[in-house]
Amino acid sequence: MKKIIHCLSFVIALLILVMGVVGCRPQAETPGLGKDIAGTTAFPVVTAKERFKIATTTSLYDTGLWYYLEPMFEKKYNVEMDIVYAGTGIALEYGRRGDVHAVVVHDRAAEDKFIADGYGINRRYFAYNFFIIAGPLSDPAGIKDMPPEDAFKRLAEKGNKNPEKVKFISRGDNSGTHTKEKLIWSKAGFKYEDIQKAGPWYVEAGKGMGPCLLMANEQGAYVLADISTFLAYKGKLNLVPLVEKGEIFLNVYAAIAINPDKIPTAKLQMANNFINWLISDEIQKVIGTYGVAEYGRSLFYPTAGGGCNLPNCPTVDEYSKPVQ
Amino acid sequence: MTELWDAFLQAIQLIVSLDKEVVEIALRSLAISTTAVILASLVCIPIGGLIHFRNFRGKRPLINIIQTFYSVPTVCVGLFVFLFISRAGPLGGLGLLFTPAAVVMGQMVLITPVLMGLTISALSGVDKAIKDSALSSGATEFQAISTIIKEARFAVVAAFIMGFGRAISEVGAAMMLGGNIRGYTRVLTTAISLETQKGELVLALALGIILIALALIVNIIVNLALQRY
Repeated sequence: MKKIIHCLSFVIALLILVMGVVGCRPQAETPGLGKDIAGTTAFPVVTAKERFKIATTTSLYDTGLWYYLEPMFEKKYNVEMDIVYAGTGIALEYGRRGDVHAVVVHDRAAEDKFIADGYGINRRYFAYNFFIIAGPLSDPAGIKDMPPEDAFKRLAEKGNKNPEKVKFISRGDNSGTHTKEKLIWSKAGFKYEDIQKAGPWYVEAGKGMGPCLLMANEQGAYVLADISTFLAYKGKLNLVPLVEKGEIFLNVYAAIAINPDKIPTAKLQMANNFINWLISDEIQKVIGTYGVAEYGRSLFYPTAGGGCNLPNCPTVDEYSKPVQ
Repeated sequence: MTELWDAFLQAIQLIVSLDKEVVEIALRSLAISTTAVILASLVCIPIGGLIHFRNFRGKRPLINIIQTFYSVPTVCVGLFVFLFISRAGPLGGLGLLFTPAAVVMGQMVLITPVLMGLTISALSGVDKAIKDSALSSGATEFQAISTIIKEARFAVVAAFIMGFGRAISEVGAAMMLGGNIRGYTRVLTTAISLETQKGELVLALALGIILIALALIVNIIVNLALQRY
């Protein structure tokens, strides 16, 4: 019996040691050991700070923008920001279930529904960019510089004829990019169900933006991508942007707070801080210059200043009026 | 194939240079999976013992079911626990989703069948006469069980190591329940998944090598302890 107790105490001592090391996060100050806020006490991660959870679209995550912004927000509002990345579809689902306090997404129709259903409140647009169709330099379907809808028509036609040479990789994950792709198919005169069944040239990957780009690269396929993720991955790709111009390519990012009327555990105050911070002059400048050093151009355009003047751009109030 | 070599070199470099973030992630992995396997063992090994010793109707089917759940996909475990601890679920009030505790819970559920099933198998290997003689010499059932577990300790520890291995190497539940939050719930497997997604294949492979090294250390420690006692 003594031996068993010895053995157990050894294991427990080891465990405490390990947890102690993990608990001490290098960046976080650690006042009040164990005075964790309710709900996270079950595990000894040492922090007395409030936790603020957001779900963000993968395209923003994969570009590294949040790595850059996160510490700035945490410092300013003395909060621990937990960032979960997911496609717009899942991100909104997390919001609906009350698992996060704010969402950052890019699918206007889905956002409208989210807000109309009462889950979302205080939407503001803080950045935009454009989609592109990327593909192999040889461009076997010959879509270079076509209008997006015509390019899609051509891809379907050539893909059906020669699926060995012309392939299209679809996100296939209900993300904002996937929704945009469906919209372009419908504008091009196709039913999406027909495209899904069209044949081996149409590949539904079910992956995030970055992995889809890498997959398209491996297969010499075409892919719809946001320009920011494309640029962030460019060093690993042989793909080139083939179609870049078209109103339909506009891609606007919105931050939405979770409505405490529907989700009692929402943190509206902190979510408002977050949204107002994103549209503040200081952060808009940061967004406008992010990536310049590394990629030679900024990955996102800030909404401030009204540089976006296409028909579907957000209105002045939608990107500059502080929320409360 | 040079990538494999590069990954090996990078793994060594990350270990030697004690890269702050990698060390943090590795220790978090270790802490989460060790906690999960110890907590689960405290429950599952005795229950496995009880199932082995008691005779009751439906014992065989129960063991079959337990063994079937060895193959449960980790993502399904993640999804199952997710529905419980998401705010909209029955345990939502605890606010556990996207915390390390959630990952511990997921891994515990995941390895429960392995721990129970392998305990039952381990005890089946022990001579029945030991139990009978223990009981006839006046031992209580609990004492008889602990005698036999002691007799079968190598096999029971093998169950423990198997459980640990399944816990530290799974990615589905950790991703779904922890959310791979940097500095909070990012463990080795979710970091590997993210780096692969980012196309940083060499770094991803290097992290995999670190995970294996970590498992090796744990196995050595457990086996040394076993030999001493």
